[in-house]
Amino acid sequence: MTGTNEVDSLPALALAVREHIVRMATGGGCFIGASLSCADLLVYLYARVLRLSPATLGDPGRDYLFLSKGHDVPALYGTLAELGYIPRERLAQHLRTSDSIYWHPNRAVPGVEFHSGSLGHLLSVAIGVALDIRLRGGANRVWVILGDGELDEGSVWEACLVASAFRLDNLTAIVDRNEFQANVRTEDLVPLEPIPAKFEAFGWSCRTADGHSFADLEAALGPLRAAPYVAGRPSVVVARTVRGKGLPSIEARADRWFANFTAAEIAGLLEELHGGESRALTSEGLVVR
Amino acid sequence: MSEGTVPRAALGMPVAGDRQFQATPPAVQVVSAASGGADPAAAPSASESQAGFEALQGKGNAAVYPATYEAALAALAEQRPELVVMTAENRAAIRNLPPVLGARFIDVGICEQTMIGAAAGLALRGRTPVAHALATFLVMRAFEFIRTDVGIANLPVTLVGAVPGFLSDGNGPTHQALEDVALMRGIPHMQVVCPADEQELIAALPAILDSRAPTYVRYNAMPPAVTHTAPFEIGCAEVAAPGAEGGVTLLTYGFLLREVMAARQVLEECGVPAAVLNMRTLKPLDEAAVLRAARRSRLLVAVEDHFQIGGLYSIVAEVMVRHGVLCRLQSISLGERWFKPALLADVLAHEGFTGPAIAGKVLAEIGELGALSILDETLVDIPDGRGGPSHPARR
Repeated sequence: MTGTNEVDSLPALALAVREHIVRMATGGGCFIGASLSCADLLVYLYARVLRLSPATLGDPGRDYLFLSKGHDVPALYGTLAELGYIPRERLAQHLRTSDSIYWHPNRAVPGVEFHSGSLGHLLSVAIGVALDIRLRGGANRVWVILGDGELDEGSVWEACLVASAFRLDNLTAIVDRNEFQANVRTEDLVPLEPIPAKFEAFGWSCRTADGHSFADLEAALGPLRAAPYVAGRPSVVVARTVRGKGLPSIEARADRWFANFTAAEIAGLLEELHGGESRALTSEGLVVR
Repeated sequence: MSEGTVPRAALGMPVAGDRQFQATPPAVQVVSAASGGADPAAAPSASESQAGFEALQGKGNAAVYPATYEAALAALAEQRPELVVMTAENRAAIRNLPPVLGARFIDVGICEQTMIGAAAGLALRGRTPVAHALATFLVMRAFEFIRTDVGIANLPVTLVGAVPGFLSDGNGPTHQALEDVALMRGIPHMQVVCPADEQELIAALPAILDSRAPTYVRYNAMPPAVTHTAPFEIGCAEVAAPGAEGGVTLLTYGFLLREVMAARQVLEECGVPAAVLNMRTLKPLDEAAVLRAARRSRLLVAVEDHFQIGGLYSIVAEVMVRHGVLCRLQSISLGERWFKPALLADVLAHEGFTGPAIAGKVLAEIGELGALSILDETLVDIPDGRGGPSHPARR
């Protein structure tokens, strides 16, 4: 954890993480759209906010980050690989039976605090961790990434009530607001807005941020390193993001939540990630769920 | 409504005034110590109870009966700082623990799913949560949380399901946990513990906590069903009555042990030797005890307040088939139906789960119903004092 003067090095880190995500979108594919939307969030949290390093993974005084939506795990694995939690080469084992890196988080992988993928679980698990930290008088903090589509799950709001009731101000949720469910826009299916007002009504303190602006993320997340927005209240940041961010050819497209591209397409997408032209994608976008 | 004016559901567990129970108060009843259809006179005496409790605790344990589940939990919490008690606003069995446990008493409100997720989180931090809710809502509302957060991670969380099976008495089918065993035993590594009475429940707690395995407890805090003779061990059945070679063996779990012991007496009076196995833990199962019974009996009878699918009947059938040891197996269960809601004693009578009714079903199964003629009166006439609640009220 360092000061904001190093923010300038973050774009390169985020680009490297996005490359990992793209490379995982072949040979079976991955949830590329949802992973690219939260890549900047995860990079910022791991590089600038969390009291956590590869050396302190087993330390009970560490910060905990839970990836509740789960299918964005390529972004987490990419971040963990770039920051030295796991070897980069391990990502090439995606979906191989010789390793245990698959479409949803596996807590056997260093840096993954808990398995997820079934939506609406990890805010509850995080409450248990936050309660115990408080029972033991710890100063560490607990962070949870929620998908916006995940907010459909009643258990999220049940957990919001409980976190508020227990005044868990060591708990922060970050909503990856990429505006999509699996297949359609959230507002076209079960409208979620106004999200900040909903959290506020449940007793949380909410701020919003551009989830792709490190300066914005610093403004929203930075103060939470040491203290909640409001004492006695859990905090939430609604981060506005773009599904597929970084690849204009798939950004904000309903059919690119999950994708399994050919090797040639991956090569083209990697060029696009570095500012090259978008090329036509012939692989069908998959709608899984 | 004052709590003192209504019958308590299943010893110490929720009553009107607690949430989740019917808004309409049940009829006021005279509280009676008589229990179900079993003869109260057959219940262990105080000294027998003490002896049974000592037997359950094993040698070298000077614990004195009577103790309550609540007191036992408080004592364990004192010995084990990692223990936390959780509830989804179901406090009947743990009403006095908040001042004892302080912040280690965690009531999340009517949020079963959040309770289980939080229990997993607490366990990740080294705690051993003991989580309480009504059995139906615990194992069904929160099933996927149990399976996914506790089960996949194989965390040491103890789930205590209140008023399971017939013990929901007057609540109706929404509250009838009749598939809880089937659901919980289907989760890898989940232990299923079904104490016959409060003594067994108390004796089970340290064994469960020491096992460090996820465990479902079919809560039952009835007075002693029998004078126990065997220490509580996970995976061990208790031979509650020895029976004889070539007789029948009745297998059961939970408070029905009391009725099954009464059924055994009727069978013996009819000239049918009957053994009784108290299947305290349905998972892991005492397979040796089941196989021994299968080899020496003309008929096995699985008696349970559970649907037929997935409970003890299924468990016994699986074990016999797996080992190639076959014995005729009768199911006395709820089949595929919910039971008629009423006070427990009336439920037992109506559903045919009193001792004499169970005996009648067994005799019919082996074609010796004629032996019952001398006992017809027992079958049709439920003595006075048994229409009330199944247990003394506990305040």
